[in-house]
Amino acid sequence: MSQVSAHPAYDYRTVRQFAIMSVVWGIVGMTVGLLIAAQLVWPDFLASQYSHFGRLRPLHTNAVIFAFGGCALFATSYYCVQRTCQTALAFPALARFTFWGWQLVIVAAAITLPLGFTTTKEYAELEWPIDLLIAAVWVSYAIVFLGTIAQRKTSHIYVANWFFAAFILVIAVLHIVNSAFLPVSLFKSYSIYSGAMDAMIQWWYGHNAVGFFLTAGFLGMMYYFVPKQAGRPVYSYRLSIVHFWALIATYMWAGAHHLHYSALPDWAQSVGMVMSLILLAPSWGGMINGVMTLSGAWHKLRTDPILRFLVVSLSFYGMSTFEGPMMSIKTVNALSHNTDWTIGHVHSGALGWVAMVSIGSLYHLLPKVLGLVQMASVRLINLHFWLATIGTVLYIASMWVNGIMQGLMWRAVNPDGTLTYSFVDSVAASYPGWIVRVIGGAFFVIGMLIMAYNCWLTVQQAKQADSIRDLSSPEPQTV
Amino acid sequence: MFSQDLPSFWSAWVAVITLGVIFGCLWLIYVVRRSEPYKEETEHTMGHEFDGIAEYDNPLPRWWYMKFLLTIVFGLGYLALYPGLGNFQGLLGWTSTGQYETEIATAEQQYAPIFAAFRDQSVDELIADPSAMEVAGRLFSNNCAVCHGSAGQGAYGFPNLTDADWLYGGSAEKISETLHNGRLANMPAWLTILGDQGIEETAHYVVSLSGRAHDQTLATAGQVHYATYCAACHMPDGTGNQLLGAPNLTDDVWLYKAPNLTIHESVKLTLRNGRQGVMPSQARLGDDKIHLLTAYVRRLAESGSAQ
Repeated sequence: MSQVSAHPAYDYRTVRQFAIMSVVWGIVGMTVGLLIAAQLVWPDFLASQYSHFGRLRPLHTNAVIFAFGGCALFATSYYCVQRTCQTALAFPALARFTFWGWQLVIVAAAITLPLGFTTTKEYAELEWPIDLLIAAVWVSYAIVFLGTIAQRKTSHIYVANWFFAAFILVIAVLHIVNSAFLPVSLFKSYSIYSGAMDAMIQWWYGHNAVGFFLTAGFLGMMYYFVPKQAGRPVYSYRLSIVHFWALIATYMWAGAHHLHYSALPDWAQSVGMVMSLILLAPSWGGMINGVMTLSGAWHKLRTDPILRFLVVSLSFYGMSTFEGPMMSIKTVNALSHNTDWTIGHVHSGALGWVAMVSIGSLYHLLPKVLGLVQMASVRLINLHFWLATIGTVLYIASMWVNGIMQGLMWRAVNPDGTLTYSFVDSVAASYPGWIVRVIGGAFFVIGMLIMAYNCWLTVQQAKQADSIRDLSSPEPQTV
Repeated sequence: MFSQDLPSFWSAWVAVITLGVIFGCLWLIYVVRRSEPYKEETEHTMGHEFDGIAEYDNPLPRWWYMKFLLTIVFGLGYLALYPGLGNFQGLLGWTSTGQYETEIATAEQQYAPIFAAFRDQSVDELIADPSAMEVAGRLFSNNCAVCHGSAGQGAYGFPNLTDADWLYGGSAEKISETLHNGRLANMPAWLTILGDQGIEETAHYVVSLSGRAHDQTLATAGQVHYATYCAACHMPDGTGNQLLGAPNLTDDVWLYKAPNLTIHESVKLTLRNGRQGVMPSQARLGDDKIHLLTAYVRRLAESGSAQ
């Protein structure tokens, strides 16, 4: 049963909600990012007890990863799993709960982080009551997603769903293990781990938040939307099998490279570095499969800005997954660690890969779930593409320059062995790069605002097409 | 040095799983490659379709396969040479602690003679020697400037080194002693003993010592508290005591004048909460560098007082 001509009724309501909120939270999270980038140049800019860099930085990371990225993953996975399994979502009420529960988590984060409630674990700053809610939402997500796969009408499980399923299961394990806190009050808790072990568990979580949340999940997105938008078969099924299993087996180990030259035992540092290097090929497997899927359809890039978003995202993915293993080598890390290079690396993944593949996928998905053929304005998509690309390039290039400069300044010594530069010298030298970063970030945020306008236009069109009345009913829809 | 040894069970656990994952990857790419029905790019699909998406049965790209093999070979080689597989120390015997110690020893050997060359000069000779002051200035930037400022001008809570006011004495001997041993200053908190009113009265008396505006009635009341609680360290006339590091209260130097408060309010804050001043020992630098730094601080003081 490889082809089903008449597909069943799909449940698009939750997909639609997550897709719209992904754009909204994207603007919020990236605007906060732009603000803190500006605060590094002008430290007093909009700074107060609640809005200084230290409190807004975790808000930025949580908002873009879990609110923007999370909503995009929910939307695309719910969309993809239904269409590739030829069945409606299992447990629709639970799917509604995942939407409202996730929005509640995000709002709680946006309130508690500026108020200063934090566990201090990077990307896991939210205090324990919010962690419990995350766990409840996430387990529900797993039940809905895996339940939908279980009732599929197709004989096989499509590769995109492997990646989504791996991402959902592993994030559940990571979150629950790393967020094991001993509460002392409603908003204060202590990690049950201590010392180097706490650090190792934190970075096992932290790097796999990158590996599974920001990579495996978005590879799932890529495996559906790239072949769909290009109208081409996936390049190699064999490659997808090999890189899937190799990716999930090796990513698990890579976290220790965040703790090079620390109190972590040498053996753990070495294993982390070796696994990070071996990870290069499995990561590139996804890029190759995506880019080669376009062979025979390259001409479409001239006219289709959505496809451009997807292809450029794969290029940035390939670039940052080459950069990552290089930075995990101890001697390279000795230069790059604690510099802006790390920030540049993260953003070539976050802006170039995660945001671009999400934006491309949402431009494909949104009109479909609104009963339209395409977005209201293709020209605005094209404008967004150029803003996003230029913004990303400005951001990461300035951080490369800054990072390498900082690393070299920190290690420069005079003929008598004393340090050539004080720390403040390196801060002063970083200003030009930080200004370029603000400009790049502004490009990216403006692109997101244009996207929001385009989405609004598209929703208006859908309303005019008189389809919105049906769409707002609680029943699953056929589109 | 402490032992990083794992219990033998966990050592084996680490080694077996690490090698298991690496050889598992190797087995996976080998098996999939061997079973490829088409060795060149093909239009044959796997025969299933999902929402209109088919999948080609293309072989693994050869260059990608070779790159994967290369990283595995490198990884296994690295784990043979360096610590990684549990308690196996690696054939090179490398440790991060060992690398650190070697680098420090090399640096010590290379740089120590530069500082030792100034060992026999007196502080006054060093001050007059531009090459000595250049080296000493770098030492100051690396080790002292973070608290005392790059020009030795001090900051809130950190003494100015360019004036004539010294908490523990400004002679070369005393400065050297401070650098070698560090200093710990402790002013107790008086709020529980004096109460708010007592703090206010004492503050008026303290600022009167340096001739500042004050309320005479309150200052007179404060003088009693001062004589009881403060005079033991700050001396009855308020001129301080360098043996204890108790500041002189009759001059215009205020170590703890908070940037956002007046002198009067800052004195009250200090009286209320007390102060703990810590100058860490710099003994780790060794005698030669401390000798140079002593001269540098003396020069800061002389150039500052001369202005």
